[in-house]
Amino acid sequence: MQAHAPGLDATFAALADPTRRAILARLAAGEASVTELARPFNMSQPAISKHLRVLERAGLISTSRDAQRRPRRLEPRSLADANEWLERYRRLWEASFQRLDALLDELKTQQKRKRTKRGNRR
Amino acid sequence: MKNTGTLKVTTPTDREIVLTRIFDAPRHLVFDAFTKPELLKRWFGPRGWSLVVCEVDLTVGGAFRFVLRGPDGRDLGMRGVYQEIVPPERSVHIESFDDYPGADSQVTAVFTEREGRTTLTATVLYPSREVRDAVIRSGMEHGAAESYDKLAELLALAA
Repeated sequence: MQAHAPGLDATFAALADPTRRAILARLAAGEASVTELARPFNMSQPAISKHLRVLERAGLISTSRDAQRRPRRLEPRSLADANEWLERYRRLWEASFQRLDALLDELKTQQKRKRTKRGNRR
Repeated sequence: MKNTGTLKVTTPTDREIVLTRIFDAPRHLVFDAFTKPELLKRWFGPRGWSLVVCEVDLTVGGAFRFVLRGPDGRDLGMRGVYQEIVPPERSVHIESFDDYPGADSQVTAVFTEREGRTTLTATVLYPSREVRDAVIRSGMEHGAAESYDKLAELLALAA
């Protein structure tokens, strides 16, 4: 795990930007050239290229060897690492929250009982 | 299950983690469960861990102290100070783990109620990306190896 850490840092930094996440979402649907990627974002090609460099350095995307279009494509492995990491963190807390669900059910029942008792006394 | 459950975890910026979770209970109960030691002891912590020390001074500037004991007998201590308390809708505190001295994070918890259900949004702000990632990584060591979901889910989560 430790060996993966620098890669994960770069991955999370790359994912912290909404435009880059949108680019990844677009590439999840299939590879696309820089021109194709720039179009929906209303951004200049150099601006998009800058984002693409960050994503490529993080290992999230790669450039296909089609000399003319040089389409970018998603590299799922690196995203899967980041996903696995977050997913385990999520499960850790979810286990705790499931115990809280049970406790809250108990507290609600207690409250209802108290209310009924009070009602009966009247 | 009534559309509750299912914790969402997102990283909207490189210094934050945001947890979102719906509970099927009014927010005064959820707020109590997050701030009263006798209730916290019953749910807080990873599976197999128990909260052996839980002291809470629920006042602005008041401190709390938690010690979690793991299945192997290992203790994990954390402490913090409350900065804002607006029962039952909001609390802000600073917290740190004994294992990461100086790496304080700020936790903003917002409880919103709708039709008897409560949505918790907890934003954890770390001093740097490195600290945040180190904390998630250490959290993972305590968890069992689990399967992970597909790429599409992360993209949906992050978008």
